[in-house]
Amino acid sequence: MSETINDIQNEIIEEFSMLDSDMEMTIEYVMELGQQLPEMAEALKNEDNIVKGCQSKVWLNAETKDGKMYLEADSNTAITKGLVSILVRILNGHTPQEILNADLYFVDKIGLNRFIGTQRSNGLGAMMKQIKIYGLAYSAKAE
Amino acid sequence: MAQTLEKHTLDIQKIRAQFPVLHQEVNGKPLIYFDNAATNQKPKRVIDALVKYYEHDNANIHRGAHALAARATEAFENTRVSVQKFINANEPEEIIFTKGTSESINLVASSWGRKFLNPGDEVLISTLEHHSNIVPWQMICEERGAELKVMPINEAGEIIIEALDELITEKTKMVAFNHASNSLGTINPVKYIIDKAHAVGAKVLVDGAQASSHLTVDVQALNADFYAFSAHKMYGPTGLGVLYGKRDILEKTPPYQGGGEMIKEVSFDKTTYNDIPYKFEAGTPDIANVIAFNEAILFINELGKENIAAYENELLAYATDKIAQIEGVRLIGTAKEKVSVLSFEVEGIHHFDLGMWLDAKGVAVRTGHHCTQPLMDHYCIEGTVRASFSVYNTVEEIDAFIEALKSTISKFKK
Repeated sequence: MSETINDIQNEIIEEFSMLDSDMEMTIEYVMELGQQLPEMAEALKNEDNIVKGCQSKVWLNAETKDGKMYLEADSNTAITKGLVSILVRILNGHTPQEILNADLYFVDKIGLNRFIGTQRSNGLGAMMKQIKIYGLAYSAKAE
Repeated sequence: MAQTLEKHTLDIQKIRAQFPVLHQEVNGKPLIYFDNAATNQKPKRVIDALVKYYEHDNANIHRGAHALAARATEAFENTRVSVQKFINANEPEEIIFTKGTSESINLVASSWGRKFLNPGDEVLISTLEHHSNIVPWQMICEERGAELKVMPINEAGEIIIEALDELITEKTKMVAFNHASNSLGTINPVKYIIDKAHAVGAKVLVDGAQASSHLTVDVQALNADFYAFSAHKMYGPTGLGVLYGKRDILEKTPPYQGGGEMIKEVSFDKTTYNDIPYKFEAGTPDIANVIAFNEAILFINELGKENIAAYENELLAYATDKIAQIEGVRLIGTAKEKVSVLSFEVEGIHHFDLGMWLDAKGVAVRTGHHCTQPLMDHYCIEGTVRASFSVYNTVEEIDAFIEALKSTISKFKK
């Protein structure tokens, strides 16, 4: 239960390394991961939680319990949903401070950096930024 | 205006061989480039002209007292003459070089609009417009107290001609619309609308960005007051556009920007402006790209625009027929007259997912709203997938694209 953010990132890097940098297999796997993302309550898919992308909609909600941050997310596109599910898997259940300090190096290592570019400034980059903003807000609250 | 439907006589493999960029793999698959409506690829002769200019002729134009400046000036002005002939303008001075179609439209909206638009006047655009032919008019209308009106379209994506009688009135001072739609491919009845606008004394700007490489453009026959297009959508370099304007209108239109080249004499009390076209070309122009653009025009002229149009029509008809057979595909834009643009959506699959999957299979398409959000709103959609064809594309590529699309759709039907 006490896996660190980096432990989970390393697991994901390991999983993706089996895909041999094949773009189709990579996308297929990202979509599979998205399908495993727990369903987000419809009420949370509101304007406040939207990370507006150029082409796809992403909703991200963060709450804290016992000093840890818990994330819920969804998207109207299958690939983006997969991408945000990876972020949720890595960052869910860590403290706001851990999330703020996280170096998300997995993106470069699994060939997902292209997704940041293809969705302009609003892809993975915007989602990571949004989670860090939640982290910042909650860590400030905790003080 | 109707496109020719004769069988083309082009040697497509010979044409493909002239485009270095096409011969590569993307994601381990042979590249199929179907994003031509965004920008099309450049033949080697255009790339060579850029290199040759920088290696042999680089000099600032028009005032240098040396051999290189003379060569560069001659080549630069040769392109102006080529453009003039390409669109059958009356004289080369009516050809202004800009950064692109957007800047050409901004120039007219800003300079012509500021002088000639007054409170209560109306500017008429169409539902089919690119943001570049909406926003500059919104800006100047707001500044001048004029009103922006919009020509409606039908379900096929064609301007509803019957609505024009009510929309084009004595209040109308400018009618601005595209020759062909970038999102749907619709070819508009340009001459008809121009005549209607002129009947009430309005001026007309035609956005020719999508038409210039597909359709024969004759600005005199059309009687267009302004015609704007971009080099990069017609096998030429990026960052270069053209604004055609009738001499008498350009002469009455104040300069767009101040700087070198556009002046006759400058003192601290008063500046007198240069004659057209230089009045509108402040600063050192994009000399290298203008010179290389000539090669793109020659490329089109040598193939023959009628041949290019006939071949692209074959590709469009073939692709439209094939894609219509795929279950769940909805074509967006089914006008009778179209350039080679195929916009569609697939039931239950987001266009972004489709685009990413096609890219993984080596097929480059565009997804999204194509900078025509009001048009997407008309169809109540967020965006489409757009495949657009150029003269170097092939039927085999369309077959591969159709297979890639089918296989992508099957991934979502599991």
